[in-house]
Amino acid sequence: MSFILRRLAFYVGAAWVALTLNFLIPRAMPGNAVQSIMAKFPNLQPAAYRALEAMLGVGHPGSLWHQYVSYLGDVFRLNFGIDELEYPARVSTLLAETIPWTLILVGTATVMAFAIGTGLGIVAGWRHGGWLDRLLPGLMFFQAVPYFFLALIMIEVLAVRANIFPIGQGYGEGVVPGWNAPFIGSAIYHSLLPAFTIVITSMAGWMLQMRNVMITTIGEDYVVAAQAKGLRPSRVVLTYAARNAILPQLQGFGLALGFVVSGAIIMEIVFSYPGIGLLLLNAVNAKDYPLMQAIFLVITFAVLISNLILDFVIVAFDPRARTKEAV
Amino acid sequence: MTAAPPLVAEVPVLTVRPARGGRWQRLPLKAKAGAVLLGIFALAGIFGPLVSPYDPSFQSPSLSLSMHAPYGAHWLGTTQSGQDVFSQLLFGIRLTLELAVVVGAIATALSVIVGVTAAFLGGLWDDLLSLTSNVFLVIPSLPLLILLLGYLPQQGQTPTIIVLAALGWPWGARVIRAQTLAIRNRDFVAASRETGERTWRIIAFEIVPNEVSLIAASFVNTVLYAIGASVALAFIGLADLNSWSLGTILYWAQSQQALTLGAWWWFVPPGIAVALIGTGLVLLNTGIDELGNPRLRDARASRSARPADPTPVWQQETPPRGPLTRLAASFSRSALLSEQRERP
Repeated sequence: MSFILRRLAFYVGAAWVALTLNFLIPRAMPGNAVQSIMAKFPNLQPAAYRALEAMLGVGHPGSLWHQYVSYLGDVFRLNFGIDELEYPARVSTLLAETIPWTLILVGTATVMAFAIGTGLGIVAGWRHGGWLDRLLPGLMFFQAVPYFFLALIMIEVLAVRANIFPIGQGYGEGVVPGWNAPFIGSAIYHSLLPAFTIVITSMAGWMLQMRNVMITTIGEDYVVAAQAKGLRPSRVVLTYAARNAILPQLQGFGLALGFVVSGAIIMEIVFSYPGIGLLLLNAVNAKDYPLMQAIFLVITFAVLISNLILDFVIVAFDPRARTKEAV
Repeated sequence: MTAAPPLVAEVPVLTVRPARGGRWQRLPLKAKAGAVLLGIFALAGIFGPLVSPYDPSFQSPSLSLSMHAPYGAHWLGTTQSGQDVFSQLLFGIRLTLELAVVVGAIATALSVIVGVTAAFLGGLWDDLLSLTSNVFLVIPSLPLLILLLGYLPQQGQTPTIIVLAALGWPWGARVIRAQTLAIRNRDFVAASRETGERTWRIIAFEIVPNEVSLIAASFVNTVLYAIGASVALAFIGLADLNSWSLGTILYWAQSQQALTLGAWWWFVPPGIAVALIGTGLVLLNTGIDELGNPRLRDARASRSARPADPTPVWQQETPPRGPLTRLAASFSRSALLSEQRERP
């Protein structure tokens, strides 16, 4: 069986685990949505309990297995239930409004951070002990800064004091969302600072990792042999050293993706960016369980799909995976 | 077990050799810097609350002390309700470090147990445990943490610790499993097995002591993860908001508009504290890495004494597999990519 097919099977398994956790957590935890609403409004009659259950569709009729099957069916039909926060909006509608914002901002910024970080890591590893290499302890500071904190500082310095960038939001006031030039311009302008923040915070990690693998790779005999043959340094670095050093880097990217994306999503909150992170904050504050569950699934599936795409990239880069594809 | 000969005759294994004299001098500079940085914060966490000038929750009744910039009596200014930011910071460092260290200890213990068990039991158990850790590595942890904590009726330190530790072990388990597989077939382990040592004794006295540096690195990483995750969770309000941690200070600063009102002294100090603790941990970990892999050391210092022996690698020796276990293992990316070595 080929590499991609096996990886696909793994992601389907992981997706199933996530779906099942999502099903079990609400049932294993004490309290539920109806109880939290009842607690919020103490003067509700006990009879309102059944009515609320029916209204929110959270009553659990039938056996656990029966519930599980109908739950899986609902997820496949993208039916995440009715939202409590903005009743009677459907959760899937809320998600559809926010996902594009996050996908464009976090997706672009994460890929850019990875590309820039890897590039700088190649240079730092090749010029081991050079000026870029000596900047590393400083970059480690950025790596350790929580995303959202750097976001706060960025807003304070570049938006509030210097007034170069807008303080937050996805687009300016008085702009009508749609496919028109003022809106797109405004949206890009508003996304610059959040994107910049994501790039700065996550770049350092990729750079450090790439640098370490590069240093180890440069010590390999085939790199020394390539140099001895008198090949141009750029060719030795790119096609001999970096070409091989990037394989663990790509694998690491897949594993770290969940973490990076989660951090970036929290950061949206600081920028009041109308993406899925802000929606998550509202869901947490309002104890809006259906929405929280749906967001968990959306983020998980996004990460799994990105990992699958990454596997295609690995097939392109790694001959071991390619030979498996051919078999 | 002894039937499979090691692929490489001498596998350099990452170990910290305890030097009797001058252990501190031998540490790489980065590790020293990290240790000093962490030491300062540890002292602040232990003794800070004892010497803090005010009760962090005390709200000054005087209106002039609302959001006051730093001055003599309040070194880091005051919050909107006139609380002393410096005192909050001292209490916050204690609570955050306490949580991170406990989570780090529990999660690292779990990774050692899972990693060593997987490597020792081998076969289907190994593959199941590895598959589980791979699945939990690929599922993003923060949304799952939010879901778990969001469903709890009451927020607090203990549930956060349990949930963070329950999701913090897979990475360490993966690394420790690989290392255990490498050590397991070495001569000294074979020798102790021949002398009739029990398996648990071999694990406790032969295997684990040889993985101390790896376990330390995994502990440091887990502490870093715990600090990042707990601060982020508190920042979005999933913590006991009446307690003072670095995350809850940031939560209150954000929710009471410290940013738009220009009260930088309220949110900058806790953020810098998180960043400095994190930098200390990253530095310490890089130092531990450099102990094991001399090539990563500062080029200026090591160029004259570049060792001739190969860089230590985690040589993975795969135990013989049956068709079922081969199937179970064949889904992980690294197993798929390394499978070719396994073929004779």
